[in-house]
Parts: sequence; structure tokens; C-alpha cells
Amino acid sequence: MTEIPEHLLKRAQERRARLAGQAGGASSGEPGATESQASAEDGEKIPAHLLQRIAQAGGQGQPGAVATATPATAAPVAPSRPAAVGPAGHTQRLLTVVKAGSIQDVKATPGDKVHVWPHLLVVEFVAALAMTAFLLVFSMFVNAPLLGLANPNLTPNPSKAPWYFLGLQELLTMFHPMVAGVTIPGMGLIGLGAAGYIDKNPSQKPEDRKFAVSLLTVFMMFWATLVIIGSFFRGEGFNFIMPWEQGVHDIFDL
Amino acid sequence: MAKQITRGNGDGTDSKRRVPIGERLAKVQGSPLWTSIFRPGSIFRKGYTDSPRNRSYVIMNSVLFHLHPVKVKRHAVKVSYTLCLGGLSFFLFIHLTVTGIFLMFFYRPTAAQAWNDIASLQTSVTFGLLVRNMHRWAAHLMVLSVFLHMARVFYHGAYKPPREFNWVIGIILLTLTLLLSFTGYLLPWDQLALWAVTVGTNMMGYTPVFGSQVRFVLLGGAEIGTDTLLRWYVLHVLMFPFFIVIFMAIHFWRVRKDGGISGPL
Repeated sequence: MTEIPEHLLKRAQERRARLAGQAGGASSGEPGATESQASAEDGEKIPAHLLQRIAQAGGQGQPGAVATATPATAAPVAPSRPAAVGPAGHTQRLLTVVKAGSIQDVKATPGDKVHVWPHLLVVEFVAALAMTAFLLVFSMFVNAPLLGLANPNLTPNPSKAPWYFLGLQELLTMFHPMVAGVTIPGMGLIGLGAAGYIDKNPSQKPEDRKFAVSLLTVFMMFWATLVIIGSFFRGEGFNFIMPWEQGVHDIFDL
Repeated sequence: MAKQITRGNGDGTDSKRRVPIGERLAKVQGSPLWTSIFRPGSIFRKGYTDSPRNRSYVIMNSVLFHLHPVKVKRHAVKVSYTLCLGGLSFFLFIHLTVTGIFLMFFYRPTAAQAWNDIASLQTSVTFGLLVRNMHRWAAHLMVLSVFLHMARVFYHGAYKPPREFNWVIGIILLTLTLLLSFTGYLLPWDQLALWAVTVGTNMMGYTPVFGSQVRFVLLGGAEIGTDTLLRWYVLHVLMFPFFIVIFMAIHFWRVRKDGGISGPL
């Protein structure tokens, strides 16, 4: 059962004490009159004529008929009382306390919101359109590479991975392949995925998270440098060269 | 508004009976068939009048748009905040799906036919070269936009609770994007494809303990050959797209469940 809040228990306690002081005055059968002082604060008392009707219908001698009206704060039932009235003169009892928010989540702050249509959909539509236009025009002028038929017996020099793996290939020149090809990217991805669980700083403001921001920036700069070196500064035998030394080849061969 | 859609039937019968287009259109739009197809608020019902109710209907009653909530935080629609990168990644994925389906009609994943199919696609299929170019460049752009989206989300601190799990989903999506791009790289079966994939799979072969097994499974043999091509083709056109769609669905759903996009800063 739900815990009864302290202030309600206290109120019940006070009322019980007050009624005990009046000593039997409540047995007159007219609860509305006897409790007039206490009932000022709660207007939800059952009207007297309804109580009488309940009493008549349920039969006076049956406590079971009024079981629902028996207070949770069980005190011995005085036989002289009308059946519909609780031992402390209560005509209602606390069944449960429904906490605010358990039925309906009332948002404290409505927030500043706008309709998705048109405000967001228009932006998305324009972005999609611009992207399509760019892609179409770019594809008209720049062809995707198609070199000669694959030949397993003819290894091009240098052999390069797709550009997004060139950082890894670059690491291969520095570390053991297991470290460069598996451990570093694996740890990188896992570390990245765990960022939300590692970083306990709740702030989203860049000024509060200088370390995290600089860490990612350094990481990305490092990675971009490796990719650029791998793409443009690696010639025959994957040796370091200047991009123009072997002639400028098609940079869109990717 | 209905009068703007003027479509004469052109056979001359029009002039005899003279039923106004608008009236005819209203009759069609009021028909049970029409109303069963288009939900309330659809612009195809009675035209669109701007009202808060209709603005909500546009989102709620469209299978495409209802990925969105009806309303979002005001800062969330600012391009300067999101740079549209997540949306563009998704859009590029759709783009790649459409162009990819086109390419599938002209491609057979065997070592004997793959390169020739691509070559004849470029020379003898209408728009074949253009569509292939778009597929290729969209793929590179998607890798880029997914990566930049990740950076944007990181810089906004959006990987923090309550969005930490969606960030993990995002990392999985990044990985799947790279895998999709990499498996597609082999399919033209030219020198570029063969050797880029050789370098890539050799790296994966250094996986601790299971290295050679991983490489064998990936290649479908000891060397890159026609089995590899079939394997990577299936991965590229079916398996990875299947997975990425599932993870994208979770990703988008979680964006909403975690309280919309992050911010404002």
C-alpha cells in the first residue's frame, strides 16, 4: 500500500484527539452537526441524507455493509454510532494517495516549441534538394573510377585501402599489424561508444567540458592527418613522398 | 486552389457538358475511395489550409513524416545547430538504396562478369554511368556525413545521459556505414577494388586468436576470388542494409524517447 504522507497522518491524529475530547458527542447520529468545526476545511463530507439512506439500505446490524467506510486507522468501533460513520466520526477514509505525476505527467515547463510542419520539414526538404542537386551535378562531371580488370598477379605499387581506412594503413607503418589493424581501431570504437558512460560531467556547455572537447579535436586532427598523409604523401613501397613528385594523379580515384 | 490543377481531357467532350473542373475534383476528393486513401489533413483531400490542427495532421497522418513529433524545440530546427548532418546521412542512405537497386539490374557478382557488367553499364545503359557515379559519390559522402554527425553530436555533449545508449547505437551505425562502403568497394572488380580490399582484409587477418579464420570467412577462401565477390555482394546489398535499417529505426525512435535532440546549449 502507498505510504500515507505525514501531513495526512498528522491531520487524522489531530482530529482523533479533538473528537476524543468531545467524548461521545459524535454519537448523536448527525455527523454534519457534530463535526461542523472540523469540517470547515474539507467540503467532501457525505451529506447526512445520503448516509441515512445507506444506513437504511445496508441494515443497521451489519458491519460488513459499511466495511468500505471503516477507517484505515482502525480504532474500536463504538456500537452506539451510526453504521455509516467511522469510529472517529469520519465519513470518509483515505484509501490511497495518488502522487502527482503518477497518472499524468504534467510538464512544469511547456518549453518553446514549433510545429515540425512547416518549420522542420522545409529545412529538411531544402537540405535534401541541395544534396541531390550537388550529387547530380558532381556526378555529371566526375566519373567514378573503373580501372583495369582485377588481376591478382599484378600488384599495384602502392596498394592502398579505401581512404577511410588509410589512417589504419598509416598506423601499420608504425606498429605491429595486430596493434594497428585491430587493437587501436577496436579500442577506439569501444572507447567512443562508452563515452556516455565514462564522462560523468553532466554539462553540455563547451566551456564546462574543455577536456572532452579538446580530446576529440586532437583525436580527429590526428586521424585526419594520417588519412591525408596516407592519401597524398605515400608513393611506391608506401614510402613518404611529396604529392607532386610522382605527378598529380586523379585524386578522385577513390 | 483547386482551379490551379487544370487538366482538360482534350477530346472535346468537355465543351458540351461544361462541368467545372473544381466541381469534378471535389466529387473525386469526396468519394469513399479517395477518402480511404488519404487521411484527414492530407493536402490531397480538400487542399491545405494552414491551421495548427492541419499542421499536426500533416505529421501524424503521413507514414513518412510521422517519424517526427508534431512539435519540436525551437532551437532544434536551426540548421546552425544540427547542420542537418543526421538527416543528410539518412537521406544519402535512401539515395544509395534507390541508385543501388538500379545498379543491381545490370550486375552479376562473379569474377568473370562483374567488371564487364560495370563497363557495359557505363557505356550502353541509359544513365548507367550517371547512376553509378551518384552511387559512388553518395557512398563517400555518407561516410563523411555520418562521421561529421558523430563529431557534431560529441561537441554538443549529446552523448551524455539520457542519450548515452543512442550514442552507442550511433557508433554501431557508423561501423555499419563503413562496412557497407567497404563491401561495395570490391564489387566493380577492378584493380582499385581488388587491392584496396586485399589491404583491408589483410589488416582484419591480424585479429588476435581468430585472425586467419576471420579472414577465411570474409574471403570465402584463402584468396580474394569469385566466392569473395558473391559473399561481399550479399553482405552489401542485403545483410548490412538489413541491419542498418533496424539500427536506424532504433536510433530515430530513441531520439524521440530520450526527449528529442539535445540542447539548447
